[in-house]
Amino acid sequence: MNKITSREALEAAYNASKGELMLRITDKHDLNSKKKDILCCGGTGCHASNSQEMMENLRKYIKENGLENDVRVVQTGCFGFCAQGPIVKIMPDNVFYVQVQPEDAKEIVESHIVGKKLVERLLYVEPALKERIHDYAKMAFYAKQQRISLRNCGLINPERIEEYIANDGYKALAQCLFDMTPEKVVLEVLNSGICGRGGAGFPTGLKWKIAAGVKTDEKYIVCNADEGDPGAFMDRSIMEGDPNSIIEAMAIGAYAIGAQRGLVYIRAEYPLAVSRLQIAIDQARACGLLGKNIMGTNFSFDIEIKLGAGAFVCGEETALIHSMEGQRGEPTTKPPFPANIGGGYWGCSTNVNNVETYASIPMIIRNGASWYNKIGNWKPEWDENGNFKRTISGSAGTKVFALAGQINNVGLVEVPMGTTLREIIYDIGGGVSGGREFKAVQTGGPSGGCITKENLDTPIDYGNLAKIGSIMGSGGMIVLSDKDCMPAMAKFYLDFTRDESCGKCTPCRIGTRRMLEMMEKICDGNGTEQMLEDLESLAKTIQDTALCGLGQTAPNPILSTLRYFKDEYLAHVRDKKCPAGTCPKLYTLTITDGCIGCTKCKRNCPVGAITGELKQKHVIDTSKCIKCGACIDGCPKKAIVKG
Amino acid sequence: MSCNKLSEGAAAKFAELDTFIEGLKIDRDDERRRGYLIQVLHRAQYIFGYLPREVQIHVAQKLFLSEAQVSGVVSFYNYFTTKPKGKYNVNVCLGTACYVKGAEKVLAEIERILGVKADTNPTADGLFSISALRCVGACGLAPVMVVNGKVYGKMTPAKAAAVIKEIQDKEAAAK
Repeated sequence: MNKITSREALEAAYNASKGELMLRITDKHDLNSKKKDILCCGGTGCHASNSQEMMENLRKYIKENGLENDVRVVQTGCFGFCAQGPIVKIMPDNVFYVQVQPEDAKEIVESHIVGKKLVERLLYVEPALKERIHDYAKMAFYAKQQRISLRNCGLINPERIEEYIANDGYKALAQCLFDMTPEKVVLEVLNSGICGRGGAGFPTGLKWKIAAGVKTDEKYIVCNADEGDPGAFMDRSIMEGDPNSIIEAMAIGAYAIGAQRGLVYIRAEYPLAVSRLQIAIDQARACGLLGKNIMGTNFSFDIEIKLGAGAFVCGEETALIHSMEGQRGEPTTKPPFPANIGGGYWGCSTNVNNVETYASIPMIIRNGASWYNKIGNWKPEWDENGNFKRTISGSAGTKVFALAGQINNVGLVEVPMGTTLREIIYDIGGGVSGGREFKAVQTGGPSGGCITKENLDTPIDYGNLAKIGSIMGSGGMIVLSDKDCMPAMAKFYLDFTRDESCGKCTPCRIGTRRMLEMMEKICDGNGTEQMLEDLESLAKTIQDTALCGLGQTAPNPILSTLRYFKDEYLAHVRDKKCPAGTCPKLYTLTITDGCIGCTKCKRNCPVGAITGELKQKHVIDTSKCIKCGACIDGCPKKAIVKG
Repeated sequence: MSCNKLSEGAAAKFAELDTFIEGLKIDRDDERRRGYLIQVLHRAQYIFGYLPREVQIHVAQKLFLSEAQVSGVVSFYNYFTTKPKGKYNVNVCLGTACYVKGAEKVLAEIERILGVKADTNPTADGLFSISALRCVGACGLAPVMVVNGKVYGKMTPAKAAAVIKEIQDKEAAAK
């Protein structure tokens, strides 16, 4: 691509590239079209399910059929429907295939591409309709979504900047540089109502306003891509599927606050995201969209990647800054805030935002604050100049949630704020997996809390979640069923925060350990009722006294499960029973008279704890049993019970 | 033990690391030279497989930092390890989605088969080590296990055992 040295050059690049997406952004769905794009998901999940090999096979058969000039195989970012991956979408035919394996490539090419006949067995079965459908817009999973920050994921090839430009990429940056003053950009973001999508929910525009107000020669803008909440993967998907949106947004932010340098702090555990982002930065630099005098203006800006090294606390902005400086990622008290001189990267004024926040910014600039703030359930109060003053209720825009756990449609969903949990779990998520009963959803990961059946109809926004004792967090939603033990979940999260506590402040370092010890006793059947009171009081003390967000929120899973599932705790401490049957010390496995002596369990048992002759009832030696459950999974008569 | 391992081609490895560090053009008087530390440690671990004390001292000297500063960073971050890994490093994801789907049982089974615990020493034959990691972001495939970069999804204790067996058989055949 030629260097883009002016706004006209960007327009020319757009005109030259827009044909790239002609087959994909169209309402004219046509199975008979000679030209086709086969879009294949190249996200981490599908990658792990052999999507790479499948793509190679598709290319091979296309070549064998002499179609390589008309049919392109394109690797895109994540479609979000991870439960059904690997995903293949053929355009302009508008046909969506699921769970496509390498060996299916031949049939797709020969039947669909050559023979114009859909491969029925690879179409998605819509549970509500009980029939196979090919149009993704009719799938309940997609129908209620509104994809803004995920707009390019599953549409463009993230390794080609031309395709990003073809879908109006960098137009928002041009608009800022040529039509708007930095103050105007800040106001636009402020009035859009967008709040930090990393979890804390601080208004992004306000953050930018504060940073812009600091007068200094050296200022930094940082992207927090240290997605540490286990179970949340939207930031990873955006970086893998649409890295240019982050670059463009950071450039916009830099222009707005007056920064010269950008840094992306990204987890080393996401190698694919790192490589895609690096490719995008290199390409943007090569065509002059990063570097000196961007698009011929006097605005210069460049971005550098900083790798994390596996520390959850580095998601906290002061810890993140220390880590970028090559130190231990320990937080410091605020103020000074990163925006203040002395508080940021090398003591310079620094503005930190999250990946998902950035991904929404170009859309806000292009469509305007008043477009964005009407999405969702936001009710703001405006000042005399018509600018944002305060939030009365609700939140603006959309939020991406990562659905995982005991749910049918594991994946990424983007919905307007104010959508209810019921809609997310049942309409989009397809309900609890295995036909089990819904128990709770854990939001906000190790810093969050649970939402129970009673609150399924609460519209989801920052304020409402806080009211019911949870937090938005980064948007991880772990669905739990009746077979999940709530004290054990709380223990799991606590084990995580205890492990990730940086050790700087005492409440977090020692407090999380003491709480974990109590939780272990409870789950092992050695707890007392007094312990529940001690646990609660210690939890509240830690909330009040820990130095940073990690420690202050570490007790949330405990307090929230104590609040909603006290009965389960009492069953553990009073009756020494685990109602969900998951705490290994609180049950034994026994074989009932239903046993037909098929010997399957005996063969499955990894420790040889089961004895018995063929066609005779078998017996489990409880002293040897490690409660792995392999016998239960294999028993054809369901004759092995927990008790 | 770690010394023996390190001596295998250690000179070439140190040379490779030095070439990388020289490329960064670190200025001894630059107060911000420390900012390169994590980047250099990543490269060092990539080259050596782990970060034993000798490597840490070397990095400290090259970056004009104290050994304590380097050691403090290495011990803080989970990604850095001071213990060698086996030829096959079996990572079991213990993220929430995997936990809910039974990752603990998968990990327990692998620990039982191999007779070593996660995040400790490799097996006596040096073939396997086990690590517990937090979320690789492939939650749709939970529970997930990663062996030398290859992701295995929807694991059960039995499936995990089969993967280990397959590697053991492959290695035995190669001998």
